[in-house]
Amino acid sequence: MPTFVYMTRCDGCGECVDICPSDIMHIDKKLRRAYNIEPSMCWECYSCVKACPHHAIDVRGYADFAPLGHSVRVIRDEEKGTIAWRIKFRSGKKDMELLAPITTKPWGSATPKLADEPTPSQEMRDSQLLFNEPKYIRMDEGGLHTLESNGLEIKKGVQY
Amino acid sequence: MFTSNLFAELSEVISPAMMQGYIALMVLLVMGGTILDMMHKKSAQYFFENAKKAQKNAKRSVGGGEKASIAASVLVNEVLTSGEFSNPRRRLSHLLTMWGTIIFVVATAIMILFYPTPATPTPTILPALWHIGALMLAVGGYWFWFAIRVDVSAEGLPWFRFERADLFILSLIATSTFALIWSFTGGGLTLSFALFILSTTVLFGGVYWSKFAHMFFKPAAAYQKKITRADGSRENLPPDYDLTDPEVQRKFPDVPMYMGKNPPNMGLCIKAERANHY
Repeated sequence: MPTFVYMTRCDGCGECVDICPSDIMHIDKKLRRAYNIEPSMCWECYSCVKACPHHAIDVRGYADFAPLGHSVRVIRDEEKGTIAWRIKFRSGKKDMELLAPITTKPWGSATPKLADEPTPSQEMRDSQLLFNEPKYIRMDEGGLHTLESNGLEIKKGVQY
Repeated sequence: MFTSNLFAELSEVISPAMMQGYIALMVLLVMGGTILDMMHKKSAQYFFENAKKAQKNAKRSVGGGEKASIAASVLVNEVLTSGEFSNPRRRLSHLLTMWGTIIFVVATAIMILFYPTPATPTPTILPALWHIGALMLAVGGYWFWFAIRVDVSAEGLPWFRFERADLFILSLIATSTFALIWSFTGGGLTLSFALFILSTTVLFGGVYWSKFAHMFFKPAAAYQKKITRADGSRENLPPDYDLTDPEVQRKFPDVPMYMGKNPPNMGLCIKAERANHY
């Protein structure tokens, strides 16, 4: 679902140009408004949609997702820590809303304070384990969780 | 220098009637350019049709009193204080250029229309305002041109690259710069005066090609945007949920499950610092 810009809502602030990881959001040289220069190269990360302060960027949904002429709009609210979507069909009969958390703790509060951690010993440096392993990969519960340890196996061929 | 009416002094060379006629011509050019611009871009038609479309999606009707209060808030927030800009640097630069232009143009018009000759002494406040307006315009304009313009700040292009879209800001900067040079060099019929008049004529005569007309349709667009928030159509955007509302928590059980029934303010995240990749 590549993104596109409503030029009448855009004020040419350049936030989307700054944030686009694919470098395809640019400013139109004549109109000084943002536009997606190459939708086929869009990663569909929606960074621009979420970063736009005027909600001027929207998503053009695929036809199997919603019929043509629909509207897919999103508001990422950093302070509330939620993302809200609204998908409305062209006829207006289907009007779906979704609200989901994007963080459960205040931003930055769960970032490890590496400077406060004790210096690793030589034995830890020589080990193949990374920071906070094995605690974070739960090896202390008896090794890595694998398909085998969970009694599962990969089936051959394409599975539907 | 800051207290003398340069136009009154100029009346010995150029007749006041000619200067007043020039002002009338500029007013006509702005009006004609704006009408042509609206007809060409169909901006008025677009906003009218958009408003009708939004009205169909309205969840409640907005009364006359509420409309008046929305119009008043647009006047205070969007028109007078440029509140539409989320970037404080852009907002400050816009405030400087907008109020600088208004003060400068109004002071010029009053001095030429009401105090055209040395025989009618000009109150000292008017030339002072003329200079303050020109300075504000120059400061805001140069700041915008060299640092804030999106081509420079986001696209990483050099400041000296310009397009026809820059006609408005360039003619504004040129008008204020040549006006100040004309004043600092003592006024009179000089080269700086000729350049001042040339840049002013481009500013008001180039409305059709520049973004001058934005000052007329931007407030209308801001008003319409606020109306869509008030009538619930919200341009199809999701509602502004209250996470502590039991109804919202019932509809979206992930929210209380992972965030609790009364989630704290999570902070600014990516809005905490300005993006600056260049």
